[in-house]
Amino acid sequence: MKKTFQAMGHGFVWFWLSIAQLFVWTLAVVAICLIPVGVGIYLTPPLVDAHRRFADRARLLAHDWSGVAIPRPYLPEPVQRPGFLGRAERCRHLLTDRATYRDLLWGLTDPVVGVFLAAMTFALPLYGIEGIIMPAIYEVFGDMGFNDWYTGIHVWHGDPDAAWWCVPVGVVLLVLGLKAAPWFERVHGRWTGGLLAPADAAALARRVTELTRSRAETIDASAAELRRIERDLHDGAQARLVAMGMTLGAIEHLLEKDPAKARLLLAETRETSVRALNELRDLVRGIHPPVLADRGLSDAVRALALDSGMDVEVTGALPRLEPPLESAAYFAVSEILANAGKHSGARRVWIDLRLDEGLLRIGVTDDGMGGASLETGSGLRGIERRIAAFDGVLALSSPPGGPTLVTLEIPCAQ
Amino acid sequence: MRAVIAEDLALLREGLVRLLEAHDFETVAAVDNGPSLLRALVEHKPEVAIVDVRLPPSFTDEGIRAAIEARRRVPGLPVLVLSQYVEQLYARELLADGTGGVGYLLKDRVFDTEEFVGAVRRVASGGTAMDPEVIARLLTRGRAVRPLDRLTPRESEVLALMAEGRSNAAIAAALVVSEGAVAKHTTNIFHKLDLQASDDDNRRVLAVLAYLNG
Repeated sequence: MKKTFQAMGHGFVWFWLSIAQLFVWTLAVVAICLIPVGVGIYLTPPLVDAHRRFADRARLLAHDWSGVAIPRPYLPEPVQRPGFLGRAERCRHLLTDRATYRDLLWGLTDPVVGVFLAAMTFALPLYGIEGIIMPAIYEVFGDMGFNDWYTGIHVWHGDPDAAWWCVPVGVVLLVLGLKAAPWFERVHGRWTGGLLAPADAAALARRVTELTRSRAETIDASAAELRRIERDLHDGAQARLVAMGMTLGAIEHLLEKDPAKARLLLAETRETSVRALNELRDLVRGIHPPVLADRGLSDAVRALALDSGMDVEVTGALPRLEPPLESAAYFAVSEILANAGKHSGARRVWIDLRLDEGLLRIGVTDDGMGGASLETGSGLRGIERRIAAFDGVLALSSPPGGPTLVTLEIPCAQ
Repeated sequence: MRAVIAEDLALLREGLVRLLEAHDFETVAAVDNGPSLLRALVEHKPEVAIVDVRLPPSFTDEGIRAAIEARRRVPGLPVLVLSQYVEQLYARELLADGTGGVGYLLKDRVFDTEEFVGAVRRVASGGTAMDPEVIARLLTRGRAVRPLDRLTPRESEVLALMAEGRSNAAIAAALVVSEGAVAKHTTNIFHKLDLQASDDDNRRVLAVLAYLNG
């Protein structure tokens, strides 16, 4: 019953939104028609934008009320130049976006189909109620000169019998209306989705834009990584090896003349070689951690947990995955753990690893003070970008006071 | 003393053989891959085995897995694992059966011949030899409340050296205190970690395990 009343209320809101939308639609169409005379170039963008806001509202409500998820279909906006030319370009952009026409088609049909469906959620029960109380009100109705028919029953002034016939019909209509209200709401949601969802071509265009961006980011990131490795090698291990070669030359020279000095230099050289090895080790750990290479993601995350300063519990097991994916997920977890240690003051962390239906899910929860955000946490943004290359997404829940939960979801074909 | 060596890089393998033979070890087998290592260990039952973690055919953790498998078949078989990296995860797996005769060292510890041969002898005689790097990382970790937190700083130092596998005499020398003082510290450590008194030397291994499990 609660669903029914909800649907009726929603239908009522839909109804008025559709009516309001029609006004904006009319203005927008008039503006587009005025483009040839110039005024339209100024009027079109704000009115089309206003109409889009109605469409967005309808998408939102369809999702909240009927559970139909409708992505925004619009093409990404180019940067707008100032002045008349900029406005003209904006107009051109709006008019070449197929989503604009689909919006307008929806705007034209919604006041008919949408209003009908929305009205049915509350009008049918109300009409049923009218039938039930007809014996009490038919005289008033008649006096006021209203239509004196009720669902095929002629209720005329001075015939109480006919009015009583309306009662059972009203009951049937009321029950039917109450039963059907949620159904009408669902149909309305689906109908809205059919018109306001991106067309296949638009969805493809969006996908291409996304992929181009994530590819550019991936290339940038790997180029920066290569530069870092080159610099580390050049300033670290390579320099130490050169120094060792030079010292060895000096030792060769000193061997006969001053064996004690030579021995001292030898010890120094050995130390330098140990330091060079340490640097190479750290570098390799940063590129491809040994446990990850040996055992895969589960054990690599366990090894991370052991090395962490916090009390980290790892649950779940994964099969071996594609190496690039394992690596991206590993570094993401590593960074999330480092963040938890550095910023949240967490003592305990729980990591859950799971693979179901081709989706790798990693949840990292800590008992820290929360308050992390994607806007301020550049580290989290970096992780997001890195896993975006695999179509992965990052979700963050971190209310002030904690706990912080970071969830990674990366699709992977098995 | 009879030793088996497993190392896939010929240069390092030869170097190890030469180094050990210079210190009166007899190399009964020097192999370059996981399967022949396991065969050699089970067949020769050497007094000590020196094993590289990364071996063919898989070039992953073949050496660790062969060592664990060999110790399962020949209990207590002394194995010293060498690696380019030391990972706590692997250190735990090696120590998991709670018996001695295990070592896990960075490859470049070989540079310090005395120290390295000492570690080999320690492992051969049923002791442990953990790399200082593993121990150092354990020391820096952990803010959570653990039994280890009950130790005094001095006791932690003693435990760290004990975890590397050193004898009381060696610990005393390293910390410049008397052997008696070290013995007192170790008794306190065993007590604080709830390790029951027994004649068993392996309490030291258990202490290392407690340390690793922190």
